[in-house]
Amino acid sequence: MAEEKPRMFAGVAWRERAEEALIPPLVALLVALICGDLLILSYGQSPAEVYRLLLEGTWGNAYGFGQVLYKATTLTFTGLAVSFGLRAGLFNIGAESQLAAGGFAAALAGLALPVGTPLIFALLVCIIAAGAAGGMVGAVPAYLKTRFGAHEVIVTIMLNFIVLAFLNWIVAARLHVPETLHTPEIHAGALPRVSEIFPAFHGSAANLALIVVLLVAAAVWFYLFRTSGGYSLRAVGLQPDAAEYGGISVGRVWLQALTVSGVIAGMGGINYVLGYKHYYEDGFAGGSGFLGIAVALVGRNHPVGVVIAAFFFATLSQGGLAIHAFVPKQMMDVLQGVVILAVAMSVPEVRRVLRDSRRRSVA
Amino acid sequence: MSSDLVSQAHGTGAGTLAIRMEGIDKYFGAVHANRGASLEVAPGEIHALVGENGAGKSTLMRILGGLMKPDAGRVEVNGRDVTGWSTSDAIAAGIGIVHQHFMLVPTLTVAENLVLGSEPTNKGVLDYPRAAESVRSLSTETGLAVEPGRKIADLSVGEAQRVEILKVLFRGAKILVLDEPTAVLSPPEVRELWTVLRRLRDKGDTIVLITHRLDEVVDLSDTITVMRAGKTVARIKTSETTPAEIARAMVGREVALSAGKRVAASSGTESRGNRGLEVRDLVINGSRGTRVVDGVSFTVKPGEILGIAGVEGNGQTELIEGLAGLRAIAGGQILIDAVDITRRPVSARHDEGLSHIPEDRHRRGLILEYSVADNLILGVQERFTKRTVIDGAAVLANAAEQISSFDIRPPDGALPARALSGGNQQKVVIAREMSRGFSVLLASQPTRGVDVGAIEFIHQRLLEARTAGKAILLVSAELNEVLALSDRIAVMYRGRFPVIMPAAEASEDVLGEYMIGAKKGNAA
Amino acid sequence: MNVADFLTQMIRIAIPYLFAATGGVVAERAGIVSLTLEGFMLSGAFGAALGTHYSGSPLVGLLSGIMCGLIFSLIHALATIRYRADQVVVGVAINLLAIGVTRFFLKLAFDSSSNSPRVPGFGGNIAAAGFDNPLLWLGLLIAPVVAFVIYRTPYGLRVRAAGDHPDAAESVGVSVKRVRYGAVAISGILAGLGGVYLALDQHQFTDQMTAGRGFIAISAVIFGRWDPIRAALACLLFAAAETLQIRLQGSHAIPSQFIEMIPYILTIIALAGVVGRAVPPAALGKAAD
Repeated sequence: MAEEKPRMFAGVAWRERAEEALIPPLVALLVALICGDLLILSYGQSPAEVYRLLLEGTWGNAYGFGQVLYKATTLTFTGLAVSFGLRAGLFNIGAESQLAAGGFAAALAGLALPVGTPLIFALLVCIIAAGAAGGMVGAVPAYLKTRFGAHEVIVTIMLNFIVLAFLNWIVAARLHVPETLHTPEIHAGALPRVSEIFPAFHGSAANLALIVVLLVAAAVWFYLFRTSGGYSLRAVGLQPDAAEYGGISVGRVWLQALTVSGVIAGMGGINYVLGYKHYYEDGFAGGSGFLGIAVALVGRNHPVGVVIAAFFFATLSQGGLAIHAFVPKQMMDVLQGVVILAVAMSVPEVRRVLRDSRRRSVA
Repeated sequence: MSSDLVSQAHGTGAGTLAIRMEGIDKYFGAVHANRGASLEVAPGEIHALVGENGAGKSTLMRILGGLMKPDAGRVEVNGRDVTGWSTSDAIAAGIGIVHQHFMLVPTLTVAENLVLGSEPTNKGVLDYPRAAESVRSLSTETGLAVEPGRKIADLSVGEAQRVEILKVLFRGAKILVLDEPTAVLSPPEVRELWTVLRRLRDKGDTIVLITHRLDEVVDLSDTITVMRAGKTVARIKTSETTPAEIARAMVGREVALSAGKRVAASSGTESRGNRGLEVRDLVINGSRGTRVVDGVSFTVKPGEILGIAGVEGNGQTELIEGLAGLRAIAGGQILIDAVDITRRPVSARHDEGLSHIPEDRHRRGLILEYSVADNLILGVQERFTKRTVIDGAAVLANAAEQISSFDIRPPDGALPARALSGGNQQKVVIAREMSRGFSVLLASQPTRGVDVGAIEFIHQRLLEARTAGKAILLVSAELNEVLALSDRIAVMYRGRFPVIMPAAEASEDVLGEYMIGAKKGNAA
Repeated sequence: MNVADFLTQMIRIAIPYLFAATGGVVAERAGIVSLTLEGFMLSGAFGAALGTHYSGSPLVGLLSGIMCGLIFSLIHALATIRYRADQVVVGVAINLLAIGVTRFFLKLAFDSSSNSPRVPGFGGNIAAAGFDNPLLWLGLLIAPVVAFVIYRTPYGLRVRAAGDHPDAAESVGVSVKRVRYGAVAISGILAGLGGVYLALDQHQFTDQMTAGRGFIAISAVIFGRWDPIRAALACLLFAAAETLQIRLQGSHAIPSQFIEMIPYILTIIALAGVVGRAVPPAALGKAAD
């Protein structure tokens, strides 16, 4: 009997965690559906019909699905970036500008390389450039936090404006194609589109950055849960005092975590620049960095959750276009906000309720 | 024995009691903080409420002050049933609590803090002159002098405490509860506080003093209530008792372990050249810049347990944290096996053979959301890492081994540490710290909040390590634990060691005198 | 360059900042992070355009703009105070929500995805150069008013206590939650007013018309070290930089983007403590029990 008890306990422990992780997103989904209904009704349309159109236009055809995949790719990058910081207890709100800086650096690298550079080599150079640029932006708040204790939330927000203004200047003043706000097309490093392999995806922007981001997600998972660095990083995020006691340098972990977070966000720039337009365009990030916060939150800071959440938010975004003829696509902007709010509100609440009820069943 | 003392106490209550709490139960999750606790305080007396950390004193007082509601039991103030009242009810009824951690807003002035929540106004505008006037008149009345316009952040600890007391008096408190008021005060400040409290009592106020410093209890109180493990175990007249009797009631058990202790350490370790722990003139500053460890020197030889006795808050915590690398060293030297580690980081100290059982396992010793298996490698995670990857199989094997050899229950390494009982959590910490290769062990309150069975087990392990030639520095608030385990005993008092003596010469009475500062040695 | 013109333009640019930043000071002094100012402003601007359009009266627009700011601030308060949600996350969510809601209802009410029709505003006498707008005067006076409330009234004392040491406030019977609800509502009303001014001054609502002004206001709060008067001075400084940027346009002396950066760079410098460290209220961002 003493042999069986622990197994049961372990089962409970696992279930606890699963419940705490999964219930808030489900609550949010429910709230979003209700809000969606209200908005659709306010426009005098039938919710069932609109949702049907939404699914048809996103998962129901190859083009729509390809667009979802394309959007999900960038969001996975930024979601992973934000969640990587959060695992160390730090809030990176700078993914937006890190993404832009990464895209810009990828374009620069692609422009600098000669035409005909072997694809693999060109890709590596462009991806490294993108990551390095994002990492540089991420290292600033990391340094200011460890050196001066400046709060990373405010610093990353401020840096968004600074970096975006800087990129705007450099493109507008030096690099743009006349009459546009984008750079010339890159000479090397363009990623193949998915449609080149599966013609059904024709016209959609989905490209092989998709593979890159899945590799990055796998690498993040492996780092967080299988390496000593990840062990230290999560320890710092959960209990900095205990981490310090265990000989882990909290400051160094912070420095690494925010920098790597920036690297991941920066790499996200390849999706647009190498995979879609083949040039850097001012403002291409378009809020994907901020939405990365939502993705990390809904994905509960787990790489698998982040991939799923990114897919969900990409579906919302693409779904807006699919239903636009009946209900303005702006409805999806509302629902994004609702989902984040609902998750943020239900996370502490669900944990409290679950732990209370468990306590009562113990007592 | 204890129930006798409690029932005896009922007989002493004459007339209406100022405070009468009965059968108080309070849970915090799985923790049962008060278990049918009771308290009876007569009007116009100074009543000491004593007990170890975690005995439930502060919880009982928070219930009295309306900061939380009891799960069961009855609270009466001046004969009126007030069970489950609110903070403002309590304030209105004349209860004033001076919290251990100052409840003062550091950015506000003395006057602003005083009137916060019951501000005097003039046409809706804060009436500063009147607030300042209140401070001045109360100051003269009580002898607690403090300048109304100064910011709290600029005050000394003693001054801040005066403001705390003025604050509750301003609200018309007739029953004052002081939670560990002397923890941060210097001796002159303590004397001054005593004068004020006696004056308040003489003018008819009732005072409840929460403390675990027995010298204060004996000094000041008229009556004493002792709590242990959430229960009230004794109510005694101060004039009829001794510190030793109070201490026994607080601890409530004899730790009978002397047998088997005096086995000489194997000399083999010393031939390897291990020189144990050496500390020279160590100085550590507290958060307010005061010297909390004030020039301490000692050595712990291999195969020896040096016990540090002393009333809590005399610098023990800071000393251990300083030795462990968790607190900046202001002066002096620390050597492990003749290697100077004074300025080395925590991990380097680990490498030199330092192990550390921290005093607070929930804050430092464990990562509560991590599994038991993962907690068992905290601090030694690099040893389970091959080319940056943690060897999961080795972690699990290590967990299985530690769980069985330290009898951690339930025996499941996948469980989050949060889900274990206090005793088993402590075993996880001890298993980890004692299974890595180490030559010096810092054991800080190793049996705090642990059930009796686990205590015996932990003591056994400490003695085995000693026999194996480890140098062990033991800090414990429990005098008999120190007496039972140590080869030599140092007393820590106000940041210094007034005495270090062989355990054979030590007894509760001898140590007690040094602990309360009645006797001043010249050991270092 | 005409000094009077410069000052006039600077003040008109500064007014929305003044409203939002003083609102931010109140909320942050009470311990609630004000990353939401942008969203409050945006909803206030939309509410003003909507109310004015349907009633023809800017006064009704003013009230409806205030209501919109207030509603968003109450959502913020409910999430962070009642549900103890992470204040930064909620801040991001509120801003996204404000963008979404204003876009959706812009489409619903005016069938446009870019802007509302032209609406009347206050004043409008060309010769008065905006100074016949009572909101402008209110904006100029708001900082001293807020300073008075914070430093001279019982409520202000409680706000400061709630942000610096909520337990202390609670221990003397002050309800920290109630104080914080009030403070967030005030920040919603004031930032909403900033949005109202913006929409009525430009005589329309345009999508995302606040364009980061809420974040400049946060910069001003931090750069002004959580003091209403100093925050207001920071607003004027930032507005002066912006005016300069507009005046220098086309001259290519300094790229406008670099002037845009000034508030943000100053904020980072203030936070890093190069010159006199900016220390936030101690309990900022922490939920109270």
